[in-house]
Amino acid sequence: MKKSVIAALAVMVLLGGAAYASFFVAPTERTMGTVQRIFYLHMPSAITAFAAFLVCFVANLLYVLKREQSWDWLGVSAAEVGLAFVSVVLVTGPIWAKPVWGIWWTWDARLTSTFVLWLLYVAYLLLRSMIEDPERRALLSAVFGIFAFLDVPLVYMSIRWWRTQHPQPVIFGGPGSGLAPAMWRVDLLSWVALMSLMALLVRYRYELEALRGKVDALRLVVSEREPREAEAQ
Amino acid sequence: MKNLGSVFAAYLLGWGIFFVYFVSVGRRMASLRDDVERLKKLVGRDK
Repeated sequence: MKKSVIAALAVMVLLGGAAYASFFVAPTERTMGTVQRIFYLHMPSAITAFAAFLVCFVANLLYVLKREQSWDWLGVSAAEVGLAFVSVVLVTGPIWAKPVWGIWWTWDARLTSTFVLWLLYVAYLLLRSMIEDPERRALLSAVFGIFAFLDVPLVYMSIRWWRTQHPQPVIFGGPGSGLAPAMWRVDLLSWVALMSLMALLVRYRYELEALRGKVDALRLVVSEREPREAEAQ
Repeated sequence: MKNLGSVFAAYLLGWGIFFVYFVSVGRRMASLRDDVERLKKLVGRDK
């Protein structure tokens, strides 16, 4: 069996296990009740998005320094996958917020900075789609990607720096914070499952970008040949 | 089991986003593979 198929199956098993644990193994939280189970998708998706954007940031930096096409391909792949994970955060958050806060959304520092993060990476992808020249596209988007990443620490620290509607951190939140051991184990499993999914999706998306590079190279060969043929005729 | 519907909705939409994204990459990949084949034929014919 192909390695990629085995990897995809392993990720599916991990995701299935994480979903089962989120619904049937994790204890019901005392104040919020069943709806708190959204936490096991919401929080690990956010951490995984940050990890994807970190990969994008490193790839963007390396592209600026080395100007190798493969770093550009990795950058765009990680940005797109990170965007999918932030989209999950922005969708699951309001569904959890409505029964707990009584509102779908509020413009506090955490929610607003997360929405800005989503917009920044949408802009990153739009910018790429507007530039024809591959080298110029790679350089401009790498520079933009480096600045876009500055919002990630801001999102992470927002609930520590400002008073927000969003709860204070339960993980690495200092004294008085933390999860019950059974909840922590389920959260960790979900985190591992989503990180594996992220790695798989980035690899898959990278293949797409490599294929696009091949198409661009072939188009160049065809377009260089056409004027020569016209001259010969 | 209050709010169980919200939990299901969150998981369905969340996984839905990943699934749609996966399918979209697959479709773009298939379209590019067609382009590669077409361009290869074009380059091969001109040799």
